[in-house]
Amino acid sequence: MAPAVLESRYDLTRSVLQIAWEPSVAPLSEIARALDSLGYTPHPTHATNLAAEQRNGDRALLLRLGIAGAIAGNVMLMALALYSGKYAGMAAEYAALFRWGSLLIATPAVFWTGNVFFRGGLAALRTRTPHMDLPVSLGLLAGYLGSAANTVRGQGEIYFDSLCTLIFLLLVGRYLQRTHQRRSAKASDLLNALSPTIACLVDGEALREVPASSVAKGSLVEIRVGERVAVDGVITGGCSALDTSLLTGESFPVEVSVGDRVHAGTTNLAAPLRIRVESVGAETRLGRLMQSVEATQRERAPIVRLADRVAGYFVLAVLGIAATTLSIWLRLDASHAIDHTVALLVVTCPCALGMATPLAVSAALRAAARRGILFKGGEFIEELARPGTIVFDKTGTLTEGRLALVAWHGDEGAKTLVRAAEATSGHPIARAFQRSIEDSLLICTERQEHPGGIRARVAARDVLVGSRAFVASALGSTPVWAVNRARAEAEAGRTPVLIALDGQVCAIAAFADTIRADATASLAKLVELGFQLEILSGDDQRVVDSVVRQLGVPVPNAMGGASPEDKRAVIAGLRANGQRVFMVGDGVNDAAAMAAANVGIAVHGGAEACLSAADVFTTRPGLETVALAASGSKRTMRVIRIGIGLSLAYNVLGVALAVTGRLDPLWAAVLMPLSSITVVTAALRARTFG
Amino acid sequence: MSIIFLILPVTLLLSAGAVAAFAWATRSGQFDDLETPAIRLLHDERAPALGDRGRKPDE
Repeated sequence: MAPAVLESRYDLTRSVLQIAWEPSVAPLSEIARALDSLGYTPHPTHATNLAAEQRNGDRALLLRLGIAGAIAGNVMLMALALYSGKYAGMAAEYAALFRWGSLLIATPAVFWTGNVFFRGGLAALRTRTPHMDLPVSLGLLAGYLGSAANTVRGQGEIYFDSLCTLIFLLLVGRYLQRTHQRRSAKASDLLNALSPTIACLVDGEALREVPASSVAKGSLVEIRVGERVAVDGVITGGCSALDTSLLTGESFPVEVSVGDRVHAGTTNLAAPLRIRVESVGAETRLGRLMQSVEATQRERAPIVRLADRVAGYFVLAVLGIAATTLSIWLRLDASHAIDHTVALLVVTCPCALGMATPLAVSAALRAAARRGILFKGGEFIEELARPGTIVFDKTGTLTEGRLALVAWHGDEGAKTLVRAAEATSGHPIARAFQRSIEDSLLICTERQEHPGGIRARVAARDVLVGSRAFVASALGSTPVWAVNRARAEAEAGRTPVLIALDGQVCAIAAFADTIRADATASLAKLVELGFQLEILSGDDQRVVDSVVRQLGVPVPNAMGGASPEDKRAVIAGLRANGQRVFMVGDGVNDAAAMAAANVGIAVHGGAEACLSAADVFTTRPGLETVALAASGSKRTMRVIRIGIGLSLAYNVLGVALAVTGRLDPLWAAVLMPLSSITVVTAALRARTFG
Repeated sequence: MSIIFLILPVTLLLSAGAVAAFAWATRSGQFDDLETPAIRLLHDERAPALGDRGRKPDE
């Protein structure tokens, strides 16, 4: 038994056993049988299927909506008979039949399809947070109890039709809202998406592929060229260049050698490395970062939406007016006091108020999606509508996120030779050469890639391309003009690369990450909307300063050299000062900062983790969409305010009728859908992101 | 007019039948995806592989 199982890990909390086994020694069924005989009957695990859960939720709400609709239709038909009977005359036994019939079918509508509102109202009471469900359940309950009592008594008004219509319309709003809601990120999912799940373990002379999570601390792993590092550790053999952009956002690769620390999530670019493992999985820097993303998202206080804030005052006002109505009518005409108070509570039930936001928001979400902006929820539209401090990442957000050849000093004829020498390399500098110099037919006969540079033989000439240090050590010395030029380029925030032909430095190429074409215009628009701009980058301060100069838009605060942890701290600090903070980024290094901000915005092409941490993301390259998201949110908010205003106006009319005792069920039945239709039309016709 | 005492329950029963049909349709997933079926005819049809025969396309 034992030799068949190579490795095993047991997760106590989830009751999950993970094994790696040798199928030639024992099949899985045999291992399962052995476990069973020990008293642990194994079952295959399924990762909790969130998609299925969401689908079941959707179906349940749709079913609820359908039943509420059917009941509302039938109750309305009976109400129609009752209204016409009231004016044309109707025998008492038929009136009783319709009243009892309405009560019969309205009861499941109120207490089954409508129980979501009661639950929400109770939760609002318990947590003492204002919520739209509170006035809704108040109206539903008062209306139902009053109408049921009048049915039993055989006299007085009944409001079953209004109540059922109300429930149906509010469920429509809720259904629309739900179809746009997305679930938030899970740290474990993020981690799996980012770091490889397989590591190459050095076992004596042999190499063995094992699950990354099962690698023990202190063991040796090998990282091959082009592979992503799966663990945190210290290099014990080899030297290479690492692409750390996932963690730091820095566009330029970092040279590493024996004794240097490497982190999970970085990519090995040049040569194989051997690493002594220090931490794996959730304990790596990447793992901790992702945990902080999830923790920050969990801790984030829920956004109190405008409609809910209004609902808080609304409940107080309605209760006040209801109490006044009751006390006045008790003195005037005690027999009608209860009826008039019930009528008031029914007519102030905020149907239009409850629909104004969901409808305007879902229409806006659709319009935004057409323009390439995806919001994870309507509340972020409300957040983005009010300006604050907007913090941008640099690499990949304000800039294209890849190096481009921006200057060439010296021998132009060397370009084609360099292009041929760099033709097959995957190094970012080599890629930039490949993009910006046209391919020639020269053939590279000999190539050696070293950390820091490349040595090749092209068209019978020795070509040396690399950093100042690499070229200096290869040639023994570098001419003064080249050193000065290279230093000047570095000061300007560019990366200098020296080119030597046959042992003589003949040219210097400078590389930089170029700014997106629409950056300046988009930032100017955001300033116009009232936002304050800031830049928070993991890149060198000099590079950040040069980007700010090129942008030509006033950026009061531009900070370079910020680690992902720094970024998160800066954002949290700004929020602690009472500022509203928006974070725009594209990389994993921005994920924690995005989660800490009021709204995190991920731009097109962002890493997967960054998308999960973001509340808004754009599906089109460039920053124009970010400016549009802000201006569109502002317009959507105006639509919401108009909707709330309209519905409050209808409520005032209803209150006036109810307080004076002139509101009968017919008026209530007309006012309620009329106000909803007005609000719906206003919400759907408005231009928001279009 | 006393026929109404019979008609009303019958009407409600008919509505209940419609609701039951709706519940069945919802539970069997007929409203899960309202967009893809409309554009599915634009996709090129692929002959089902031998092992796929008799399998529902969404499973």
